[in-house]
Amino acid sequence: MPEREVKLTIGPQHPMLKEPESFLLTLRGEKITEMTVRLGYNHRGIEKACEQRTYIQDMYLVERVCGICSHSHSMCLAQTIEEIAGLQVPKRGLYIRTLVAELERIHSHLLWLGVAGHEIGFDTLLMYAWRDRELVMDILAIISGNRVNYGMNVIGGAKRDITPDQIPQILAAVDTLEERTKYYIHVGTEEITLRERLSGVGKLSKEDAIRLGAAGPTVRASGVDRDTRRDDPYGAYGELSFDVVTDNHCDVYGRTLVRLGELMQAYKLIRQILKNLPEGPIAIKAPRKIPAGQAIGRYEAPRGEDVHYVKANGTDKPERVKLRAPTLANVQAVAHMLKDGYLADTPIVIAAIDPCFSCTDRAIATTNLDNGRTDRMEWPALRTYGIDWYSKQGIDFAELNRKLRTMRESN
Amino acid sequence: MAQALFNIFVFPGFLFVAAFGLTAEYIDRKLYALMQNRIGPPWFQPLADFIKLSAKEDVVPQHADKLVFKLMPIVAMTSILTAFIYIPMWGSNALFAFKGDLVVVMYLLTVPTLTYFLGGWYSRSVYSMIGAARSLTQLFAYEIPLFLSILAPAMLADTWSLSGISEYFSTHPWAILFNIVGFVIAIIALLGKLEKVPFDIPEAETEIVAGAFTEYSGRLLAMFRLAIDMELVVGASLLAAVFLPFGLHYGPAAGFALYLVKVLFIIGLISLARTIVARLRIDQMINFCWKVIAPLAFLQFLADLILKGVHN
Repeated sequence: MPEREVKLTIGPQHPMLKEPESFLLTLRGEKITEMTVRLGYNHRGIEKACEQRTYIQDMYLVERVCGICSHSHSMCLAQTIEEIAGLQVPKRGLYIRTLVAELERIHSHLLWLGVAGHEIGFDTLLMYAWRDRELVMDILAIISGNRVNYGMNVIGGAKRDITPDQIPQILAAVDTLEERTKYYIHVGTEEITLRERLSGVGKLSKEDAIRLGAAGPTVRASGVDRDTRRDDPYGAYGELSFDVVTDNHCDVYGRTLVRLGELMQAYKLIRQILKNLPEGPIAIKAPRKIPAGQAIGRYEAPRGEDVHYVKANGTDKPERVKLRAPTLANVQAVAHMLKDGYLADTPIVIAAIDPCFSCTDRAIATTNLDNGRTDRMEWPALRTYGIDWYSKQGIDFAELNRKLRTMRESN
Repeated sequence: MAQALFNIFVFPGFLFVAAFGLTAEYIDRKLYALMQNRIGPPWFQPLADFIKLSAKEDVVPQHADKLVFKLMPIVAMTSILTAFIYIPMWGSNALFAFKGDLVVVMYLLTVPTLTYFLGGWYSRSVYSMIGAARSLTQLFAYEIPLFLSILAPAMLADTWSLSGISEYFSTHPWAILFNIVGFVIAIIALLGKLEKVPFDIPEAETEIVAGAFTEYSGRLLAMFRLAIDMELVVGASLLAAVFLPFGLHYGPAAGFALYLVKVLFIIGLISLARTIVARLRIDQMINFCWKVIAPLAFLQFLADLILKGVHN
């Protein structure tokens, strides 16, 4: 490669990325000298949409923020609303929520393991990890009826109960998964090419991790002992015993070990939950109108700490909802990790924070390619743009809405 | 004349190598899938891919050098085919042989990598150019060990002709045991030549899309892919001729069956290798080749040299 700078755009469409997002790399040979992240390809206006719907509808909407950690977002929102309304969720409801949360962590971390394998050209790991992920997906389907959006949360508790005949099925799956995870830990620590590709890559020191506000496995792999489940217990975590997995490698290898360790902790947690599952109701009835007030909810999602803020004004609709997905906390760290790294490490470093960009995007930024001027599109402008764009395609939403209304009224 | 044309286009020329190449790709993919807990493609999948690609439009990038871009797949295919006719299959005699054909075969097998480089470089796309540069960088890393490991048995047999090597080792079968290290080195170097995991750095999908082939489509891509399949067969045949020259005197039918078994064995080793490891980075690959593989190849060469001295 000649030693001149080359600008390489990765994304918004690229085999490395599972979601549209853009990274502009400046390369000198194979080395990265600079990297710019551009977010905003997946902005869906979820926060604004939450304000226009009732709390009950919001639960369904927030569940669809993320395709992987759907339970995280809905449980976090439910907790925040319950705090404003002063609702005491029954013990059994809390345990069931926590059970699904840990099952979700297993499926998310196994998914990550497979993606990480694919990003470094180790497709065998992808196939194995995703095969085993099917086990936990089946268990989630048995419990909730769905593989992805479980719909297990309502304001005031859990929506579905765990029946006694489900418990042995869950335990059997957990046993198999534990065995397989031990095997992956063995492979991850023994396989030479895997270790070569992961260690020393995407370094993030303890100080930088704290300064850049990283979250979840990313920060724990830099030796920071931080986990919302233990620091600010919610659900049933206060009554369960588990270890917070940390690692001092400060690189992608450390992040892999942390995630694998968290899988082992999740199996331990699930066994405890099923053993100590209290009797009683699973939910209490919540009022339609939530009294005025505000609250912040914290939740340790598989990818890191998820923060929800809700401001209620006494009606059945929230005045403001703010969601901060963990990827937003971690994405700043990626640019730092990749500086002076190799092009070949870009996929795995980006994948190592387990990014979920569609959960993160809250605005659309535009760059004029002719003069390099940047601009931001606010919600009303975006809405007008959308309506105009569709009307140019011959789709008139005003007309469609009117038809829908007449249909509803005639029913 | 008719005989020569039949040899070039049908057997053991284009049609045979193409069919064998597609079969080899199927076997490689099927084994890879089975080792990964998958079902894998049906037997006709490589052929179906080829037909599908051939039916698609050829898109040549606006800024690409059109002649080089279109010529490179054909050059790759012809050089591989030419190499094949010097490799002995069922007997110890190749279709064509002359003193020193080993060097010509090695040279002809270097040409495809150069065509990947030129095709990628003249596509004028960033991904292609990075992939092309990586192809060439990688070439310098694996080529020396490959040459050394194949020249060692040649020196032991005291001939520079592939047919001569086969002949020597089929009469001295135990001598080949001294070249086991060389065989392993040659398999590793062949992985680099074929750009397979762990050395698929030039076409690393998650980094640079498809490397040098990013801009290729339609018939041109189909030809390139067929050329790679053929390279797999020819490379495996070369290793089989040099390192596994057993049972060459049982007549054509048994010899040919044995040849197929040997080639499939080598393809199986390649599938196994790409199942169990991750892709290396280009700097790790070069370090590995120069610090581990090349010295080992030198030692193999030295061992053969000493053996020859003792023997005489």
